[in-house]
Amino acid sequence: MQAILAMIRKDLQLFLADRRAVVMGLVAPVAIASFFGSIFSGSPDAERAKIPVAIIDQDRTAVSRGIVEGARGDQYLLVSNPTADEARDAVKKGTLAVAVIIPQGFGDAAGRAFFTGAAKPELNVLYDPSRSTELGLVRGVLTEHIMQSVSAEMFTGDQGRTLVDDTLAAIDAMPMAGQQQAMLRDLLQSARKFYSAPAPAAAAPAAPGATAAAPAPRRGLSMPYAVKEEAVTSGDNVSYNGYAHSFAGMGIQFLLLASIDLGVGILLERQRGLWKRLRSAPISRLSLLAGKAASGSLIALLTLTVSFAFAMIVFGVRIQGSRIGFAAIALATALMASTFGLLVASLGKTPGGTRGIASLSVLLMVMLGGAWVPSFIFPAWLQRLTVVIPARWAVDGFDAMTWRGLGLQAAVLPTLVMLGFAAVFGTLAVARFRWEEA
Amino acid sequence: MLDVRGLRKAYGDLVAVHEISFSLNAGEVVGLLGPNGAGKTTTVSMIAGLVVPDGGQVLIDGSPLAGDTDPKKQRIGLVPQDLALYDELSALSNLQFFGALYRLSPAVLKTAIDRSLTLVGLADRARDRVGTFSGGMKRRLNLAASLLHDPDILLLDEPTVGVDPQSRNAIFSNLETLKAQGKALLYTTHYMEEVERLADRVVIVDHGRVVAADTLDGLQQYAPTGAGRVSLETIFLALTGRTLRD
Ligand SMILES: Nc1ncnc2c1ncn2[C@@H]1O[C@H](COP(=O)(O)OP(=O)(O)O)[C@@H](O)[C@H]1O
Ligand SMILES: [Mg+2]
Repeated sequence: MQAILAMIRKDLQLFLADRRAVVMGLVAPVAIASFFGSIFSGSPDAERAKIPVAIIDQDRTAVSRGIVEGARGDQYLLVSNPTADEARDAVKKGTLAVAVIIPQGFGDAAGRAFFTGAAKPELNVLYDPSRSTELGLVRGVLTEHIMQSVSAEMFTGDQGRTLVDDTLAAIDAMPMAGQQQAMLRDLLQSARKFYSAPAPAAAAPAAPGATAAAPAPRRGLSMPYAVKEEAVTSGDNVSYNGYAHSFAGMGIQFLLLASIDLGVGILLERQRGLWKRLRSAPISRLSLLAGKAASGSLIALLTLTVSFAFAMIVFGVRIQGSRIGFAAIALATALMASTFGLLVASLGKTPGGTRGIASLSVLLMVMLGGAWVPSFIFPAWLQRLTVVIPARWAVDGFDAMTWRGLGLQAAVLPTLVMLGFAAVFGTLAVARFRWEEA
Repeated sequence: MLDVRGLRKAYGDLVAVHEISFSLNAGEVVGLLGPNGAGKTTTVSMIAGLVVPDGGQVLIDGSPLAGDTDPKKQRIGLVPQDLALYDELSALSNLQFFGALYRLSPAVLKTAIDRSLTLVGLADRARDRVGTFSGGMKRRLNLAASLLHDPDILLLDEPTVGVDPQSRNAIFSNLETLKAQGKALLYTTHYMEEVERLADRVVIVDHGRVVAADTLDGLQQYAPTGAGRVSLETIFLALTGRTLRD
């Protein structure tokens, strides 16, 4: 026991004396997790980034002006009005995600197409192929404003009145059955009557500051629903904290990297003849490995503690779930990591080569484990596959105990699975460890 | 005190040690002399219990080591060929760690550290990082680290490689002090003059076999005929040949 304690003390001294190890174990996870957390954070007071979009109005009709106005008022869009050439240039450079050109004659043609299915005008959309998600969002948002503007103009605007009149006049010539012509005529006449009558909402001031004398507002079709979004998390006053996830993920990544240091450290000790001293002392093999596993676990716990302490103090991350569960997962994660380090030492040969291969395997492991981006955005087949990756259980376990706010029973499975991994790693390490010091 | 009987060790097809036997008594220095690759380190490792022999026995006071935790390991002090020290830690931290491996109580360990550091002349550098030490200082600390548990048998594997003459001389006088205290020293080297100065008996090994074992005077029997009294080097080359090693 005295020897094991001495080994732990010595390994901690070595860890703290190694500036690179301290930076990698304590500073790097905090810095990188802060970055990832700020990107993925869904915190409600965080400012939502608006998508820059250029709208070039070459039509200059009431319809096109209505579209531009609607887009300007939209919470998702940041609208600018460059020339078409400037817009094309900006998209090419990547400073602009999407540019929409409303060509001449768009309003007129859109109005005709709206009622009669005449040829539809084209909207020119220029977009940056690396930002196709933004294209999708802009497309959806613009649909609303275009429908609103076109229908408003059709029912209440001058252009619409002319169009309705023209269409009414042309109905007889349309290739439709007599009954259908009559129905369309009825529809258009009713529409004309309904929208030209003063709307009840316009008679009384709708909002403070609106005067009763104001002209009837243009009313068009609007989205027949509104969205009430509710993030489902641990409690009413709790919101998803992207930092809880990123600090768990980065903590695990860097404690696994620290466990490589443990393994490579053993190989270095062997290379430098230090392991000969350890082996010539009257100490059992089990004690030597236990000492290493213990110091590795302690350093892993230190990494986790620093990561989460920082996240709690600076970013308000809280353990919403079971504290005991959190501690159990942390302990199991640390054991899993330190036995992984022992395995690295048993399988490795030269310190340098071993560090390279082991680092790569850790990065793959934490990437697939969801430490970089949450595993719930993985495709289903990958989510099923990654249950064989210990880091996945650690990340999911910490998520469950922090922002998901689940109870102790949700910690049982991740803890047991990681203890299982620790047992497998430890057994393999003991079986494959090279004990002869030549 | 130490009896080495018919040791053998092979690494795959390469037989590092064929058949090595000798004995070592209290207050005696035996030089284990041989060219590079002769099997000296492998022999020392088998004596210290780091390598399990394929054949033969290592007896300490008549009985073999029984496993990794045999208390008899306390009686052996190994000075490895490499500088087996943590460069990142202070000399003191190094010694505290190595001493704790032998379960020395804090008080005993403290006096042992003082004694060892004073012996090798590093008492005033105890708190300095080993990384800042010169090669000679590291060699002396490497020796001090093996003396903490006060072993009776010292296994010294090329303990003066790469040191300046002053440090080498200091190490020699340290070893003479230890010999005078009644310790048994096995001294591995390929430097003739070290053996000539220190050794009571010399075991010359080559290709994993003992080619000669005698006192310095006794080794003169291997001198080329008619050459009169010759140097140890002449005898060594006569026994091991002039082909290049490594
Ligand atoms: N772990 C090992 N694996 C394979 N060969 C080894 C190993 N250790 C030593 N050898 C070989 O055994 C022979 C004796 O080595 P060693 O005992 O170190 O010689 P010396 O110390 O006399 O220079 C050498 O040929 C060396 O290459
Ligand atoms: Mg050697």
